[in-house]
Amino acid sequence: MTSTAFEQVRAIASDLFAIPAEEITTDSSPETIKTWDSIQHLSLVLALEEKFQLQLSPDEIEQMTSVGAIARLLENKLPTAPK
Amino acid sequence: MLDLRKEVDALISSGSVEAANLRLAELWRNESSAASAAFLTSRYEQIRDKLPLRPYRIVFLRSFTVEPAIPLLRASAFVNGIDLTVHIGDFNAYAQEVLDQDSSLYKFAPDAVVLTVRTADVAPDLWQTFADLSAEEAAQASRRVSNSFTQWIRAFRERSQAALIVHNLEQPARPACGIFDAQSESSQAGAIRQINDEIRRAAAEQRGVYVLDYDALVARQGRLRWKDERKWLTARMPIAADQLLSLSREWMRFLAPLTGRIAKALVVDLDNTLWGGIIGEDGMTGIKCDAEYPGAAYQALQRVMLDLSKRGILLAICSKNNLDDAMEALNNHPGMMLRPKHFAAMRINWSDKAQNLREIASELNIGIDSLAFVDDNPVEREQIRAALPEVMVIELPDDPLEYAATLRECPAFERLTLSAEDQQRTALYAEQRERAEAEQSFQSKEDFYRFLEQEAEIAPVLPATLARIAQLTQKTNQFNLTTRRYTEQQIADMAERPAWQVTSIRVRDRFGDHGLVGVAITHDEDGVCEIDTFLLSCRVIGRTVETALLSYLADGAAARGCRQLIGWFLPTKKNVPAKDFYAQHEFQLDQQTSNGSCWSFDLQRQTIPCPDWIKLNVLTGVHN
Repeated sequence: MTSTAFEQVRAIASDLFAIPAEEITTDSSPETIKTWDSIQHLSLVLALEEKFQLQLSPDEIEQMTSVGAIARLLENKLPTAPK
Repeated sequence: MLDLRKEVDALISSGSVEAANLRLAELWRNESSAASAAFLTSRYEQIRDKLPLRPYRIVFLRSFTVEPAIPLLRASAFVNGIDLTVHIGDFNAYAQEVLDQDSSLYKFAPDAVVLTVRTADVAPDLWQTFADLSAEEAAQASRRVSNSFTQWIRAFRERSQAALIVHNLEQPARPACGIFDAQSESSQAGAIRQINDEIRRAAAEQRGVYVLDYDALVARQGRLRWKDERKWLTARMPIAADQLLSLSREWMRFLAPLTGRIAKALVVDLDNTLWGGIIGEDGMTGIKCDAEYPGAAYQALQRVMLDLSKRGILLAICSKNNLDDAMEALNNHPGMMLRPKHFAAMRINWSDKAQNLREIASELNIGIDSLAFVDDNPVEREQIRAALPEVMVIELPDDPLEYAATLRECPAFERLTLSAEDQQRTALYAEQRERAEAEQSFQSKEDFYRFLEQEAEIAPVLPATLARIAQLTQKTNQFNLTTRRYTEQQIADMAERPAWQVTSIRVRDRFGDHGLVGVAITHDEDGVCEIDTFLLSCRVIGRTVETALLSYLADGAAARGCRQLIGWFLPTKKNVPAKDFYAQHEFQLDQQTSNGSCWSFDLQRQTIPCPDWIKLNVLTGVHN
């Protein structure tokens, strides 16, 4: 089963922020998820790096303003769709 | 994995916490990641009150961001039955926290403290500007840092009884002087190594202070892969995302022995676990166990098991096999590093493995929760997890070449200290089993006793045996006539009094040395010798050693001019095996009270012969 970058980011965000995956949309962001603070943002970055086996630059981390933005970033960064 | 998460949530909302616990452990086995760790900790927080978890409080004193590694540690601790409460000290405040008696560190009342400081932070001169230093300056820097660690460790121990885990210092991936560093007498690597030696020495000076070999951990994982320079510069997080799990696992290897979540015995399957192939089908020449591929994987596993047995971990076998086939391989296969003598218990039969594991635990006299179980067959593993959730079932990878490493990294086998007895434990249990087997093969008890060739050595209290004698009075429950508990000081005081005799007995036989296994304490008054204490370790019960010791007491009392030998039997819940001891040796029942019965023996008319199959050596006049 393959899933889109959005679905994978949503699964990780659901684990980290302890909210059901169904409640997470592309617009979900630190403004709409109250457990998404700066320490959790670092945890999210590290979880994504661990999951996709890549390193995110400080510029890229700054662009991670919403779940949709993160999914787009990963789609561009990964040569093919993530497995 | 999403389905497993949904299943966990459904189980939690229906109140099935035990089942949820098993599923959470399964999730962690399948997927140990930052994301699953967050999921596990949030779900365990919902059910922690309903599970038998061991609460444990831990503080991290640090010079860098450790926060992202904490959920990984907490998840792994939860799965191992530990509920961790974590406090993290402020950045670079570790020295003040340790030195200040009123700091948040001590207010938190931790069970354990981890001190983790980067070489770059505590020794910037050695790390960053080493090339500028003269040999003397480098040595000075090394001493300065060593002294700081020694001071922190001592200060900590004065202020807290908590365990302290000190990370030692990592080496740079690329030394300042390049390849010359390895040629130089005053090298950068040498300066850091010297600090690490001193940290180890300072830790060894104190009780409960342990070194985590952080340098070895980083080297094992790869220095270049370990670090993330960008995260260090932007978030004070020096460790790469995919290495945090290794760090949390290393912490877990300390937490397991600190919290007592350890395995005392390792129970292994045989076919495709201890050797490659199936002995019942492939036969002696078909199974794989040698120095070549693929047999080397099994030899490597056996080598780990030998190493574990040196830590005092008992080895046992639980295998579905024909006993004769399996024993043929264990006894005679040329590639086997483990032989029957290495195993403290064996269940080789076609019965249910869960039942066999229960029997092994009871034979070894340890709890089922002290067993670790290794089996290549996932179905057997799953059955044990379901039937006996207390057993630590070790998840084996598919590739047998990875079996050895899996066992080496299992926290349940870690020990922080080792005693001489730990190192001999397997041998003691194996000897015991050989005795039990030998006993079966004799028609009469007497023939078995003669075959044993027992030798007993009787001695007064010696400085070297005082601790063991006191320990025996404190922990012997079964063959103990009066169950009086004495401290070392009390034993020493009794031995000083002229009318008192404190006697110990050591026993060895053809299978091995039992060590010091019995104690008798008597005192004489008006021609009557009273037995205050008479006890024997359960290892030697039923081998007539008790008669030999009693015979010695009677002869000694008669020689000192006593007319009578008397002794009380004070019943407890556990000392039934000693109940008929005096009656069996022709003592007369004198009185019966609510506390027990008093028995007497007429030394002027009777004697107690020492069994002729026990050779008795008496050591006297060797005080001090």
